[in-house]
Amino acid sequence: METTTAVKKYTFKDFTSDQEVRWCPGCDDYVILRSMQKALPEMGVNKEDVVFISGIGCSSRFPYYMSTYGMHTIHGRAPGIASGVKLANPNLSVWVMTGDGDSMAIGGNHFIHLLRRNIDLNMVMFNNEIYGLTKGQFSPTSIIGQKTKSSPYGNTQPPFSPGELALGANARFFARIGGNNPKDMTQIFIDAHKFKGTSLIEVLQNCVIFNDGCFDEVTDKEVKEDKQIFLEHGKPMIFGKNNDKGLVLNKLKLEVVTIGENGITQEDILVHNAKEEDKTLHQMLVRLEYPLATGVIRSFTDVTLEEREDALTAQVKSNSKFKKADDLFFSGETYEVK
Amino acid sequence: MITTKTILQPEVLEAVVVRFVGDSGDGMQLTGTQFTDTSAMFGNDIATFPNYPSEIRAPQGSLYGVSGFQVHIGSVEISTPGDNVDLLVAMNPAALKTNLYAVKPGHTIIVDTDSFTKKNLDKAEYKTNPLEDGSLENYRVIQVDMTTMTKEALKDVEGLDNKSITRSKNMFALGMVYWMYNRPKDHTVDFFNKKFKGKQHLIEANTKVLNAGYYFAETLELIPNAYTISPAKMIPGTYRIIGGNTATAWGLLAAAEKSGLELFLGSYPITPATDILHELVKHKHFGVKAFQAEDEIAGVTSAIGAAFAGDLAITTTSGPGLALKGEAIGLAMMVELPLVIINVQRGGPSTGLPTKTEQSDLMQAMYGRNGESPVIVIAASTPSNCFNFAYEAARLALEHMTPVILLTDGYIANGSAPWKIKSTADMPAIKNHKIAKIKENWSPYDRDEKTLARNWPVPGTPGLEHRIGGLEKDRVTGNISYEPINHEEMTRIRAEKVRLVENNIPELKTEFADSGDLLVIGWGGTYGSLHSAVKQISDEGYKNIGFAHFNYINPMPKNTEEILSKYKKIIVCELNAGQFVSILKTRFTKFEFSQHNKIQGLPFSNDELIQHFKQLV
Ligand SMILES: Cc1ncc(C[n+]2csc(CCOP(=O)(O)OP(=O)(O)O)c2C)c(N)n1
Ligand code: SF4
Ligand SMILES: [Mg+2]
Repeated sequence: METTTAVKKYTFKDFTSDQEVRWCPGCDDYVILRSMQKALPEMGVNKEDVVFISGIGCSSRFPYYMSTYGMHTIHGRAPGIASGVKLANPNLSVWVMTGDGDSMAIGGNHFIHLLRRNIDLNMVMFNNEIYGLTKGQFSPTSIIGQKTKSSPYGNTQPPFSPGELALGANARFFARIGGNNPKDMTQIFIDAHKFKGTSLIEVLQNCVIFNDGCFDEVTDKEVKEDKQIFLEHGKPMIFGKNNDKGLVLNKLKLEVVTIGENGITQEDILVHNAKEEDKTLHQMLVRLEYPLATGVIRSFTDVTLEEREDALTAQVKSNSKFKKADDLFFSGETYEVK
Repeated sequence: MITTKTILQPEVLEAVVVRFVGDSGDGMQLTGTQFTDTSAMFGNDIATFPNYPSEIRAPQGSLYGVSGFQVHIGSVEISTPGDNVDLLVAMNPAALKTNLYAVKPGHTIIVDTDSFTKKNLDKAEYKTNPLEDGSLENYRVIQVDMTTMTKEALKDVEGLDNKSITRSKNMFALGMVYWMYNRPKDHTVDFFNKKFKGKQHLIEANTKVLNAGYYFAETLELIPNAYTISPAKMIPGTYRIIGGNTATAWGLLAAAEKSGLELFLGSYPITPATDILHELVKHKHFGVKAFQAEDEIAGVTSAIGAAFAGDLAITTTSGPGLALKGEAIGLAMMVELPLVIINVQRGGPSTGLPTKTEQSDLMQAMYGRNGESPVIVIAASTPSNCFNFAYEAARLALEHMTPVILLTDGYIANGSAPWKIKSTADMPAIKNHKIAKIKENWSPYDRDEKTLARNWPVPGTPGLEHRIGGLEKDRVTGNISYEPINHEEMTRIRAEKVRLVENNIPELKTEFADSGDLLVIGWGGTYGSLHSAVKQISDEGYKNIGFAHFNYINPMPKNTEEILSKYKKIIVCELNAGQFVSILKTRFTKFEFSQHNKIQGLPFSNDELIQHFKQLV
């Protein structure tokens, strides 16, 4: 991130707005807010250069609670607005704050195209597998059989996996993190900011009102270490309370093994390479149900749209005889009337 | 061979309408453009209109594959491409069949007899050959075996395949028309030299065929050099021929330069608006950021983002796209950001008539959003003044911090006319409401007293961090507010802000009689048709007819009521079922309005207008 002025020193309080936060008590959205407010001072960016853009949903209230620039827009369309902000001023750190419905139902088309283009901005998806703001209808990530206000007998529509969809759309950066894990979430926000290109962070966000406990099986403090693997680039894929479980590749599948059993040693365990261009393994990790992969799963640095555009613009500018609009208007086939 | 029995008498014409028609592969657009440019340089006033099939490559010889280009040139002011064709150049039977309606008996038709084969006649659904069955008796038909003569002319040029030989027969036709209207060939020869640079055989071939046509027309004394059209009396200056969509794009370039802002375009291709995108993407040298989005919604939302970040933001589309953009335009209105939305109208509803013209999106532009969401609506009225109104749309958006919808239409967007080139230096200044420094108790919703425009704090400016959004906001702080009275006040402020634009736009003018029996009213792209109809009828002695054309629709010019009160009768003419007239009826209840409407995807014809106006006086 280039900045025009020297970076000021901040604490999380500098990023807190005077607006009363109106999420339900106990909602993970508070964790996300606090993690972002803590991450920003660490990013080395001036407050005036930070912009939060959201769509509509509980999650999309986010910009109001930050003391930065922000816009609360319309349902599903934050990616378009954010793209315009970033293309207009590439110096800004732009964040799209969105929900599972906002990004993948009404905004599904914009979501995939944003990832495809690779503009240098960040998107945080609050995935609570439900429509919170409209009071509890199933969303594109709700599971089959889920009972919601619009599926009283159980949801019949199979869900998307945000990570799979994102990688399918050629996301260069994808991370997943539990909504009850502020420490790692903060770091992931910082990593996403530093990453050049579109970064997508899926937060498994508990909605205490309409879908309480939907991630408990993997995010609960008691089981978390056994049910999640926290991936770090360059480190072996090891997890478990005793740090004795690991992932290996068995034919075309990831397999969980126990270090010390059946002759398995730490050497046999896969090492995470988030920066690899080939996304085959990242896709397997995204799909994995046990353990659930969290952390930065993919972080492949690619040319951004702005870089491509800037290079072209520079080239066209240097070859062009048009410096001012008048040069164009009076060029070519003109004639005099006397 | 010429079938006409009448010898043509040399005459000096004030104006003439020529239409070139043929297969989409026959190069009629090029032929038409060459004739246009040559005539423009000769000093004529001009209006043109292309007409191509919706299919990209329609089957050869088919009725729906006919492509045409009409040029109206004159020594007098020309305001439309013309209704009645004086000379039709038809390259095949299908072209003749689909265009004969536009030629009045007694006028001239040139045909390529070589193309009147059994196969082509069948494709054109002719049971008998119209060149032989007497059905064209009332016309002056000039039958030329153009393909044969083109081949003959090229027999010595090496390196040409059969296809390029037959393809150049359009230049034979052009050569003939040049001679008939006494036009110099050099502009077109220059054009060949540029276009085929390095391909000497093509330069030679095209020049030969052009000359062949020219000399053919000359040698056959049967076609006297009958028509001359003297140069028109035009305001001295430097001119160029410009199409409406190009003019629109250029107006935006001028506005960006004048306002000192960068230009951002978010757009999704749609006929007939796409050429504005095509034009603006070329101008990266001016720093234009043109973003082809995944759909119209992303087109407008990216523009809204760019406006938030401080750019001059534009989105371009046609009717169906405007429908998709509605919610986002409402957002831009609510957050009060400057945004220019250009809608090049086409025949609707739904997919409607994509390649035809209509003015049926007026209501959509005025009201096509949820809630009370007034925006500025203006309309361009000629191909070349698309430049002025695109500029004006940008000026009003920036000076009033609100979306502006500019309506043009397929007729003026695709048509072209001479444009006395405007230098950016001569365009009016454009202010904007950006602020750099924070004052005490500052709010993003602080307003300019005169215009009620809010200020425009832009991300990147220290101390001006703020949040805006689509939720209702407190009129003072800009924070979210659900307070009932505040909502009503804000609704009124947003409406008042748009109404106050009337102080920043010119008054309505009338032409011809400034009071009298009948006022003819139009808006947008029908200016040319209405103006020439009223002119003709006024020249005929009806001196009590006035004409007022609206470019500013919301708000309307301040003196509108005063003008309406000066005439006994008012007729509002529109290419829709009566949208503007219903706006006028609601606003000006004390007047009676009659209306003239046409919903055929076609512009008004002179005759239909004159007939209707005469009935009223
Ligand atoms: C055009 C439009 N359609 C529907 C809505 C209603 N709506 C608001 S938020 C929402 C769903 C939000 O779900 P999600 O994105 O998952 O956000 P959450 O509230 O769960 O954070 C819906 C359907 C709307 N505001 N606009
Ligand atoms: S409804 Fe659910 S997601 Fe929305 S604020 Fe309440 S707990 Fe959070
Ligand atoms: Mg949700």
